[in-house]
Amino acid sequence: MAQAPALPRGFELPLEPRLPRIGSVDAVALEERAATLAKRSIKKDSKLQAYDLAVRMMDLTTLEGADTPGKVAALCSKAMRPDPVDRSVPPVAAVCVYPNLVATAKARLDGSGVKVASVATAFPSGQSPLSVKLADVREAVELGADEIDMVIDRGAFLSGRYAKVYDEIVKVKEACGPAHLKVILETGELGTYDNVRRASLLAMAAGGDFIKTSTGKVSPAATLPVTLCMLEAIRDVHEETGRVVGMKPAGGIRTAKQAISYLVVLHETLGLQWMTPDLFRFGASSLLNDVLMQIRKQKTGQYQSADYFTLD
Amino acid sequence: MSELAKRHAPVPALTEWDYAPAPEAREIVQLEKRYGLFVGGKFVKPRSGEWFPSVSPSSEEKLAEVAQANEQDVNLAVKAARAAFTDGWSKLAPAERAKYLFRIARLLQERSRELAVLESLDGGKPIRESRDVDLPLAAAHFFYYAGWADKLEYAFPARKPKPVGVAGQIIPWNFPLLMLAWKIAPALAAGNTVVLKPAETTPLTALFFADICRQAELPPGVVNIVTGDGRAGAALVKHGDVDKIAFTGSTEVGKAIQRELAGTDTKLTLELGGKAANIIFDDAALDQAVEGIVNGIYFNQGHVCCAGSRLLVQESIYESTISKLKRRLETLRLGDPLDKNTDIGAINSKMQLEKITELVESGKDEGAEIFQPACRLPEKGYWFAPTVFTNVAQSYRIAQEEIFGPVLSVLTFRTPEEAVEKANNTAYGLSAGVWTEKGSRILWMADKLKAGVVWANTFNRFDPASPFGGYKESGFGREGGRHGLEPYLTFEDAK
Repeated sequence: MAQAPALPRGFELPLEPRLPRIGSVDAVALEERAATLAKRSIKKDSKLQAYDLAVRMMDLTTLEGADTPGKVAALCSKAMRPDPVDRSVPPVAAVCVYPNLVATAKARLDGSGVKVASVATAFPSGQSPLSVKLADVREAVELGADEIDMVIDRGAFLSGRYAKVYDEIVKVKEACGPAHLKVILETGELGTYDNVRRASLLAMAAGGDFIKTSTGKVSPAATLPVTLCMLEAIRDVHEETGRVVGMKPAGGIRTAKQAISYLVVLHETLGLQWMTPDLFRFGASSLLNDVLMQIRKQKTGQYQSADYFTLD
Repeated sequence: MSELAKRHAPVPALTEWDYAPAPEAREIVQLEKRYGLFVGGKFVKPRSGEWFPSVSPSSEEKLAEVAQANEQDVNLAVKAARAAFTDGWSKLAPAERAKYLFRIARLLQERSRELAVLESLDGGKPIRESRDVDLPLAAAHFFYYAGWADKLEYAFPARKPKPVGVAGQIIPWNFPLLMLAWKIAPALAAGNTVVLKPAETTPLTALFFADICRQAELPPGVVNIVTGDGRAGAALVKHGDVDKIAFTGSTEVGKAIQRELAGTDTKLTLELGGKAANIIFDDAALDQAVEGIVNGIYFNQGHVCCAGSRLLVQESIYESTISKLKRRLETLRLGDPLDKNTDIGAINSKMQLEKITELVESGKDEGAEIFQPACRLPEKGYWFAPTVFTNVAQSYRIAQEEIFGPVLSVLTFRTPEEAVEKANNTAYGLSAGVWTEKGSRILWMADKLKAGVVWANTFNRFDPASPFGGYKESGFGREGGRHGLEPYLTFEDAK
């Protein structure tokens, strides 16, 4: 057996709910499988269907020090009606902002069905005391966030203090109250797929509603193999325990073509049941316009100038 | 519903997402009505006067007529090869030989889309595989052996290597162009000339290759291609003026060839059947191992001599492995070989389909449990759903005989010793796969397994630099790598 890490609470549960064996991941074969799936050729109606779904799954994101209420308001308008010319394009799933801008987003999106997601827990590094992180989460929820995107303590994880990581997620989940919790693993800092798998299982065991690849502040952010690795962990948890956990690749997904590859990987790993914004999101900022452009192309047969799509 | 409840109401998942057809255009392939034999640099009519159709196994459509070579035709081809050998090819500066091989390699790359489409049309394999595996590897073999052509003295220091002369090469239908490359590239690099007989059901890419030889301005007679059924192959083996026979195909025919050549000084290499064990230990990366199982047995519809047709799973992970495998099988896409999303294409011929069906029936009769995913088989053509047999005993025919189809037999083991014992308990010994996280165990297993190739945490991976060949009834002689040159050379120290 691969050397199992010291098991935190949750992994020790002997009976129900059981967790899958931690297992290992073979990097070469994982990347090969992802590359094969990326070669699927999605055309015509199946393509349009994918684009429509990609829009509905999008967490339109702005996480800059320079974010202002004006910028967020513009983004919210885009989120509610991404293509003013084509009313058939659906609204996105959520707008993702820093806590300070939650109220602005909330007011702007009121009644639209588009959710407000807020990063919290000393995003993006997570290098703050737990009390600060929890306060961060509580405030964001009070300000109206429907979803909280937390970061795990990678320092603790990489030094083998899994129980600390686990406990933090449990406490953050409590602090979230009714808000949905997405746990960012920051896979670009974890180094190996084995670690990605361990962190995924840890986050799910601790109660995360979603697991998410990246903050977008570290390179590499989301990749297809990392997403496949996490989806396989989600699949194992589902098979062992029946628990349904969502997935959010974030960062680095800029083109509609990439988005389709992710949907293919989702489709062929977890199946149709997961093909809903309730269980899969794209964390992205520039992806939306490319998808809109491709939808227009698919419907009219022609590409239009980028000038026809708003920059928000 | 309140506004808040509405906001949190779940969004229904997609009910279906069928990938629209994504066929590779077939117009790129321009087929003639009829193809003669390629002898002495020209297409000639067969003396036999006989022609036979080459049929697409996915649609039963007749693609073209191909000549049936008889003894006379084979004799002419061997004569042309002999003439080309003595008239210049063997005396050509090795670096010049290399140039021809490089040229052929580049032409294969340039025409790869055309050849990939033709390979899928004529043989039924998915375009994904002919495009991503067969063609790149075929070109790679020519590039690789082109590099050896002027370095033979270094490959075999102090042994004064010389070409053997005329090589007769008989290849199978599972990787028509790739097997051609495996045969022709080392033979030409070593300075021989060849007469190649492609398989009866898949002659077309070899005939297109003849055109590539002309494009490369290869001297006439260096490569000759005679098409036809087993009679043409037999004529080549029996000819007498062939210095070396290389055969890839069934063990039965291989044995017949060996009997025929016993007592002659014709050199022989045989690459025959297999019944490889793919061994999964409980510490393996399971999801990737499942991919390896699928790639091991369903790649090219299982028409692979080194296919991982026997799955040996450690008992402690049996349940989870089988459930993951079954789930994965449901996602395999069977259908039009030219569709870019097809994973499983057509069975190569009616005859092969009958053989697979017969063996699968025997498996059911003997008491194995069969699993096939729900998939609709096209009405026309030859098809077989990917199949897994569980509850298989070592004594069942499906655990012993080569099926050469998309059929996996699953057995279990408890200890590494038992895995080795079961894996080696076969008349064959071509390949094996080991899946474990432990490096030391990989080495231990590789040492104990009687198989020409042992893959660790992968399967069906090929490279021109790596020798390939069998133990026991899987044949003898190696193809690929420096080893692959040896059968095409004679050495002064051997005299």
